[in-house]
Amino acid sequence: MDLEKLIDENRFGGVFRVHRSAFTSAEISDLEQANIFQRCWLYLGHESELPNTGDFRRRTVAGQPLFWVRSSDGRVRVFYNSCTHWGANVCRVDEGNAELFQCFYHAWTFNNQGDLVSVPDEAAYGEGFHKQAMGLASPPRVDNYRGLYFVSFNRDVEDLVSYLGDAKEYIDLILDQAEEGWRVVPGTQKYSVRANWKMFSLNSLDSYHVRPLHSTFFKYTESLGPGDPPPLAPTAFPGPQGRSLSLRNGHGIDVFPSLARARPIAHWHPILGEESKEEIRKRRARLVEKFGAERAYLMCNTNRLMLIYPNFALHDIAGVSLRYFEPVGKEYMEVTVQTLAPSDESAGLLNRRLENFLSFLGPGGFAHPDDIEAMESAQLGFRAGGPEWIDASRGMLREATALDELHVRAFWRQWHADVLGDAKARLNHDALDGEREVSEDTKK
Amino acid sequence: MTFRRDNHLNEKLAALLLEREVEDFIVREAALLDEWRLDDWLALFAEDARYLVPATDLPDGEPKETLAIINDDMARLRGRVERLKSRHAHREFPWSRTRRFITNVRIKEIRGEEIVAEASFLVYRIRSGQVDPLIGSYVYTLRRLDGALKIASRKAVLDLEALRPHGTVSIIL
Repeated sequence: MDLEKLIDENRFGGVFRVHRSAFTSAEISDLEQANIFQRCWLYLGHESELPNTGDFRRRTVAGQPLFWVRSSDGRVRVFYNSCTHWGANVCRVDEGNAELFQCFYHAWTFNNQGDLVSVPDEAAYGEGFHKQAMGLASPPRVDNYRGLYFVSFNRDVEDLVSYLGDAKEYIDLILDQAEEGWRVVPGTQKYSVRANWKMFSLNSLDSYHVRPLHSTFFKYTESLGPGDPPPLAPTAFPGPQGRSLSLRNGHGIDVFPSLARARPIAHWHPILGEESKEEIRKRRARLVEKFGAERAYLMCNTNRLMLIYPNFALHDIAGVSLRYFEPVGKEYMEVTVQTLAPSDESAGLLNRRLENFLSFLGPGGFAHPDDIEAMESAQLGFRAGGPEWIDASRGMLREATALDELHVRAFWRQWHADVLGDAKARLNHDALDGEREVSEDTKK
Repeated sequence: MTFRRDNHLNEKLAALLLEREVEDFIVREAALLDEWRLDDWLALFAEDARYLVPATDLPDGEPKETLAIINDDMARLRGRVERLKSRHAHREFPWSRTRRFITNVRIKEIRGEEIVAEASFLVYRIRSGQVDPLIGSYVYTLRRLDGALKIASRKAVLDLEALRPHGTVSIIL
């Protein structure tokens, strides 16, 4: 397959299709590792996961074993989980608190700032051995935006805030909802999907599938009775049909009114329990006071499905979820899901928030198992020899609604530029409104 | 040869009968699930019952304050069963084949009318060319109601470190 022809696009004719080898080719999978996973910012974790000095957690990012630590000096550091002597993992549990990390192989010992502090029988080493240069190595770039930590294996990657592009505004819109900040709720959903990782990126943005695929979920919630009626929208955005938007750099979002459905932050529905009504309504009133009617409406009465390119989905629907997924080969991925809760939320509402989350989401929910089935089924379908393309042209010739695929096309354009190694296309997308196209001068 | 008189024989027999009854209950329940007789299975539950599958990294997590995989009250459990019977639970339509091996059943505690029992499970889910074993232990609270045992709570604790490569808990575990 000619890599330049992986995407067939005619903006004016409403054609956008992607060659299926994007999901099946080992060559493309290798290019993605080199050009995307070794070059982008990748999500690592939330600051609330390391509340105290000495706290640490293991992570695998782009296939690399890492651990991140709140060092004794208070700084958050990320280390490659590999002893500088013979390479064994120095951190061998998923989480904990430690001042020192001693490698079990030869007992080299590192402090939680990464310095090599002890080597048994050190006198045996000659003058070419520099203990101070043998500390734990770190990925070249680590940064956080409002407590969301990212790493990059690319020393020259643009700074995190500029990488996040317009996704930053929507991260703010989510994080501002919790007046005293958010914390990751303990308990992690770790699962896999037998599909190419990009199926998860695409499914995370897509609302078109929600009604047909998840009908059983709606049947269940509708059986519980109506939620509070939605307030009159004080703003034309996102409108009753919702919007699908590109947020630049491959990031995208689906924004749509949540109507009478539950939003544990500030919209009551029977699934959240009679006893939570007051707490939810008071919080909404405070958000209106603090942020004004328009912004509070967006916070409280719209849902968001956001993808931070390439592999971090930040969903603000039925609670806030953090989902990140790792390609393992071309037809398998490992997925990790966590959820956030306001750090000052009452025990009762937290319980309801979690029950609401589980009724839709996660590997045992009423909806997500069917997403997984659909992704796996598509991957099996890609083995079929007949059709060569997947179609992503929905809504191309109109102002894209939440059911359209504008954000999906934005993802694909960035992906294509990266696969081709043409990073300059990253910067050539226009503003929030209307179809966002790669400008003519960067078109191949 | 004579048998020494056992002063506690009746007590021991009662304990043995109870163990047998509990094991029989759990094994029959497993058969209902393997046969997809979900309505009959639902009828085993007390009205205030819970069905819980904790997260793999937090097997002892309290579901009111930590994220689990499944935390059903009876309304959600009925919804789950209805969904599985609907032909629109796509991960389970057509239904997978399952085979449950349940062993090491033991009674942990008896409090009034309630019995806490544990058991080991190995549940195979077979579908679409994949054979995925789910491994772990059950913690049951059984309650005697009108002479019969009912499930007051049923927790399936996975020993797996992650649902990989399983992807989901789409069957009743």
